[in-house]
Amino acid sequence: MTLRPFHQASWNEPIILELPREGERGIAVPEVEEEIAAAVGDGVSRIPAALRRSAPPALPELSQPHVLRHYLRLSQETLGEAVNIHLGLGTCTMKYSPRVNEELIRSPEVADLHPEQDDETVQGMLEVMYRFERILCEISGLDRFTFQPGGGSQAVYANARMIRAYQEARGQGHRDEILTTIFSHPCDAAGPATMGYKLVTLYPDERGYPSLEAVKAAVSERTAGLMITNPEDTGIFNPEIDRIVELVHEAGGLAHYDQANANGILGITRAREAGFDLCQFNLHKTFSSPHCSMGMPCGASGVAAELARFLPSPTVEYDGSRYYLDYERPDSIGKVRAYHGVPATVVRSYAWVMSLGAEGLREVAEVAVLNNNYLAKKVSGIPGFSVSYAETNLDRRLEQIRYSLARLAEDTGVTTVEVAAKTADYGVAQYFPSHEPWLVPEPMTLEPSESFSKADLDTYAEILADISRQAYEDPQLVKRGPERSTVHRLDAAALDDPERWALTWRAYVRKRERRKRA
Amino acid sequence: MPEAHPYIPNSVPGIKARMLQEIGAKDTEELYAAIPERLRHPGLLDLPAPLRSEYALRRHVEALLSRNESCSTTLSFLGGGCWQHYVPAVCDEVGNRAEFVTAYYGETYTDHGKLQALFEYASMIGELVELDAVSQPTYDWGTAAATAISMASRLTGRRVALVPESISPERRSIVEGYCEPKLEIRSIPFDPATGLVDLAALRGLVSAETACVYFENPGYLGTIETQAAEIAALARAAGALTVVGVDAISLGVLEAPPRYGADLVCGELQSLGVHMHYGGGLAGFVATPDEERYVAEYPTFLVGLAPTAVEGEYGFGEVVWERMSYVQRGESSEYAGTTQNLWAIVAGCYLALLGPKGLAELGQGIMQRAQYAARRLGELPGVEAPALSSPFFKELVVRFDGTGKTVAAINQALRAHGIFGGKDLSAEFPQLGQSALYCVTEVHRKTDIDRLVETLSEVIA
Repeated sequence: MTLRPFHQASWNEPIILELPREGERGIAVPEVEEEIAAAVGDGVSRIPAALRRSAPPALPELSQPHVLRHYLRLSQETLGEAVNIHLGLGTCTMKYSPRVNEELIRSPEVADLHPEQDDETVQGMLEVMYRFERILCEISGLDRFTFQPGGGSQAVYANARMIRAYQEARGQGHRDEILTTIFSHPCDAAGPATMGYKLVTLYPDERGYPSLEAVKAAVSERTAGLMITNPEDTGIFNPEIDRIVELVHEAGGLAHYDQANANGILGITRAREAGFDLCQFNLHKTFSSPHCSMGMPCGASGVAAELARFLPSPTVEYDGSRYYLDYERPDSIGKVRAYHGVPATVVRSYAWVMSLGAEGLREVAEVAVLNNNYLAKKVSGIPGFSVSYAETNLDRRLEQIRYSLARLAEDTGVTTVEVAAKTADYGVAQYFPSHEPWLVPEPMTLEPSESFSKADLDTYAEILADISRQAYEDPQLVKRGPERSTVHRLDAAALDDPERWALTWRAYVRKRERRKRA
Repeated sequence: MPEAHPYIPNSVPGIKARMLQEIGAKDTEELYAAIPERLRHPGLLDLPAPLRSEYALRRHVEALLSRNESCSTTLSFLGGGCWQHYVPAVCDEVGNRAEFVTAYYGETYTDHGKLQALFEYASMIGELVELDAVSQPTYDWGTAAATAISMASRLTGRRVALVPESISPERRSIVEGYCEPKLEIRSIPFDPATGLVDLAALRGLVSAETACVYFENPGYLGTIETQAAEIAALARAAGALTVVGVDAISLGVLEAPPRYGADLVCGELQSLGVHMHYGGGLAGFVATPDEERYVAEYPTFLVGLAPTAVEGEYGFGEVVWERMSYVQRGESSEYAGTTQNLWAIVAGCYLALLGPKGLAELGQGIMQRAQYAARRLGELPGVEAPALSSPFFKELVVRFDGTGKTVAAINQALRAHGIFGGKDLSAEFPQLGQSALYCVTEVHRKTDIDRLVETLSEVIA
């Protein structure tokens, strides 16, 4: 097949703060009625002098068309899932986010609800949350869910908080260790570490997952719990997962199942059958809510019945005629995020499941796994590319795969970071190499969800093959970076240099002036 | 599946068959051979029947949502951490762009525009708070405060944070849950007559153990902390840092906190052009001086500007990636993850639209309306407004003790008249009696405030 020539939008937009400031206005603010001004005066005289703004902030002064033009140009320089074959972000489950769900959440009945409205005025929202909780209970086999965590990491953290609450409640608060695996998401370690837990990290054997002996050696009377992803980042399903959970249970710990990447196992295997006490789903991944430039996420935390009393408050309840928020929960861990999390994302995911049903969810899982195995066949045939653990674990991978470009790097000197950058020249989002540490050398993690067609997969494989060809023929073609993208090869060293890094325009200008003087 | 599903291209049976053949599998079941039978869920999940057409789906969800009463049709005075402000049409257009809505973790080359928009958000917040280092968003103000306080603890090597008793109990729960047991949160009493921090009590509390003193401007109860400089001086004298929480929209009229002594600033972005979304519109931020020791303590993403191979071209990437929990894993002091970047892009767009003059005028208009509401409400028999004597920004405590009625009863009656009354404070702050927190912004016209007052006068009669 031939790849279509591509060039990304490249507007060279100035930073909005360096545009001239000559008094243009982007919007007029609502006028204050004369009677109000007459009654109270200028309003701001009430502020004591020391608290009154002394110098106006140096914000842009731009007319409305120019603000819009600037941001639309920036949007054009962004390769969202809606505009590209976005299968390179393994572990992120990029998939189609139905437009109808976006329209639903933009209605005032979602967008303009205040979180402290009386329950009677949000019956529709509470019913959606209640119904979707029942749906996730069925998908996981667990008994209760909360949607308060504002993301997957926060859900993991919330579940670690519940593990601690459980251990303290039974007089086992001295348990200070959490077990995880190196191929689990970093938040499975960082969430409990935030709370002061000591992390015990298990490493894989030649099959790609830790041996039961390693687990036995790691658990002890200090074990508070296990936080583990399965399938892990490699796409390998750990078939001994229930045995691991048993070992943790026998040692007195609880087990949390990180289901951020459940796309390949919907309706196939559940937290319940594997014996887990807690789990979490990322609605912005498996459940199709858009990723919003890393925004509007929802980490749905699920627990078995005996842990329900520890869930963050409030929970959503139904008394047979009305839905209500229950705050009377003395054993609750309290709040992890304000209010009720990101309920619009629950609406989106509810609508997505309702468009599919049980058969449809299973179709999602099966096609995701089929797509992954199909793509693997193509990619593993590309010179320099291989599937990690391919020789020592012949099991089919599920929804994603961690590949290795070690051979390519060895043969040509071209690294996976350079290959990822080069994909920008083909109109696909840079792929995700790997979480840290890079146990698999020169890693590349692809996750072709059910949203991609066979032709998409063929195209993506052809892009990688084309880069591989260039690497073997003339490595400099790849190493000098993208040439048909928005920008060119980054001087990344500046990002680690306190003299040069700039987190704001004001810092950039200050440092630039200082360099000029020097 | 009986037919191809619109969201799943390869659900066409013929295509699936060809792909299976290509990979040498007889059916999709074979792909799951690695999962032992004992772990398999037998049969289909027990889920509601699907609504296959988009029309049927829309009708179903819209019917559910139609049972909500939104603040766009009901006159609302709810605030207290999530606020109804006017959302400019351009903010909606930008926030709804499919490129931004469906982007995720793209990096330098393929998400340049997203990264520039995020850098610009941080830059504009930097101008508001007059600080050079600004985080990418946190989940909300509460988690921003928890992180700023935790950073202060690591920066000072001390383990006690002092937080006013008057902050939102919800925010307190987030902060305490997050910080303990690594550090201890102690309460600073407040004066229920003024809403201000009790300075004498603070003097007794500040010590060589104090990592930071945290306070808010404006506070949860709406008041402006007029003793800000004194509080910061007390903290500094004890070798502690000052952390100030802000509602970003107030900074057109309120002073940039470092000018009265803040070392770290945190706060909420939702007021800047983001719909409330039943609380889902919240997004927090943290800002500090651009010093290496501060930057090293940020757990959040930090988007930085850097040069490229082409002279004069801007590129963007992650500043000091090694500090993040994605690298530190079990050695992390705080976790990171996906938060609320879309709202940061929108908040930046909002600040660009408003500009310095717009933000000042908006703040002024809000204060005038809130003061007008206070004056009118205070004229009602038995109603004390404002119940706290300090200057306030957009929220004020209204006390109903003299009416002999509870806030709950009053709010129920108001609701019957199509008004959401202020948030009931009687359980959270019993020392304030039957009080409610009323929020007045630029969305309220004089007629709206007058309608509230007239309705209340009937309700409390």
